[in-house]
Amino acid sequence: MVTIENLHKKFGKNHVLSGVDLTIADGGIFAVLGPNGSGKTTLIKSVLGMVIPDKGTITVLNENIKKSSDYRHKIDYLPQIANFPSNLKVKELIKMIKDLRKPTSEDQRLIELFKLEPFLDKKLGNLSGGTKQKVNLVLTFMFDSPIVILDEPTSGLDPISLIRLKDLIKAEKAKGKTILITSHIMSFVEEISDEIVFILEGKIYFKGSIQKLKTKTNQPDFEHAIASILSNNHA
Amino acid sequence: MLKILKYSFFDLMRSRWSYVYFAFYLLLGVVLLFLNNDLSKAVITLMNVIIVLVPLIGTIFGVMYYYNSKEFTELLLAQPLKRSSIFLGQYLGVALSLSMSLILGLGIPFVFYGLFESSAIWDFSLLLITGTFLTLIFTALAFNIALSNENKIKGFGYAILIWLFLAVIYDGLFLMTLIMFEDYPLDKVSLIGTMLNPIDLSRTLILLKLDISALLGYTGAVFKQFFGTSFGLIVSFVMLSLWVAMPILRIVFKSKKKDF
Repeated sequence: MVTIENLHKKFGKNHVLSGVDLTIADGGIFAVLGPNGSGKTTLIKSVLGMVIPDKGTITVLNENIKKSSDYRHKIDYLPQIANFPSNLKVKELIKMIKDLRKPTSEDQRLIELFKLEPFLDKKLGNLSGGTKQKVNLVLTFMFDSPIVILDEPTSGLDPISLIRLKDLIKAEKAKGKTILITSHIMSFVEEISDEIVFILEGKIYFKGSIQKLKTKTNQPDFEHAIASILSNNHA
Repeated sequence: MLKILKYSFFDLMRSRWSYVYFAFYLLLGVVLLFLNNDLSKAVITLMNVIIVLVPLIGTIFGVMYYYNSKEFTELLLAQPLKRSSIFLGQYLGVALSLSMSLILGLGIPFVFYGLFESSAIWDFSLLLITGTFLTLIFTALAFNIALSNENKIKGFGYAILIWLFLAVIYDGLFLMTLIMFEDYPLDKVSLIGTMLNPIDLSRTLILLKLDISALLGYTGAVFKQFFGTSFGLIVSFVMLSLWVAMPILRIVFKSKKKDF
């Protein structure tokens, strides 16, 4: 379970988060949505401790994360842009992350799933964007932690890998994990998520099921419901 | 921290620049021994090179490594690792690999020359110890600058400036003050002034060890009186250690507050 209370963060004069209150229950897929620059990544990075909030408290599985790093054993994180040290080989990177976190054999299965065997001996700097994203996915899913955070997991993936990713996410959910996703691809979000968290101008604008959002905005489909929130607020 | 240190260290050991740096010292050592057969003179020449070059390489390498490994750092930050161990591990990886290039690069030719039978072994050891201290100090300063500046160009600019200040400008200002106040007794002032700059301090330590302080005249005598004693030596090493410890503390402090 992740609880966020009264979270504030500003970068210079730019108030990115202004008083976010959010409780994410155990189990299920939660999609964090919002326009560009609404603070989705900042929110996620605050939970991970990469961004230090100005005010507010965050607890992950009943542990206050301030000044702690051990709680990250329970979180798998997929960063938005797969930037890896370019002079490392894929194999070496996987081995290194395992060494830093804990031993696992799950990586073999994931490498097979995403057909990464031919790339294992290649340097990360020479991989295409989509292949890097697959490596990124392997690194994220190999540890089997109770909380999974995915920042734009679909970027650069081909249709087959996208289907595999969806299956993988659903399988993780079936294990009872809590999964947080940000994405701009509405069809993906609609298909996969149980609940929507909509951030607007640094605050939680809406939290609930897709059905509830449709009723609230009086729109027949999800994409228009999101669009109507945006146009009503930016008109 | 040790794991990060290991990865940073091996990452650097594989990079071309470590070999270039190592080869440079190797070449310097061989040439100096080949061209003059006097070991003490070789040590003096080496001192002049080390005092200027080690800080420069330390700052440039430190800043360069920090900016180049940004992606790696971000990957590590999402792992269950303490921030202080990530940054200290990287810092020590850079500082130790540079120190190793220095010690091995100069040490190997001197060992083959017959250092262990020579009386210059203590001068030479002191040279390597101060060289290592300077590497630790200036790499730490470089990490501080890089942590405080997101902009690479600015970071490099400040790094060069701090080197220029401590290696060149400080001496100039120091000398001008001494000339301006030459009517007053300046022993203490010049002693303190020397202690406050790690480059000056290292240079003075080595010069006095080499017994050429007579060249420095009256001030040299005062310095000899101070640095020549074991008390002076201890104070000097405490000062150098402080110069290492303070920037390291700031790395720990600064890295805890930074957003990524």
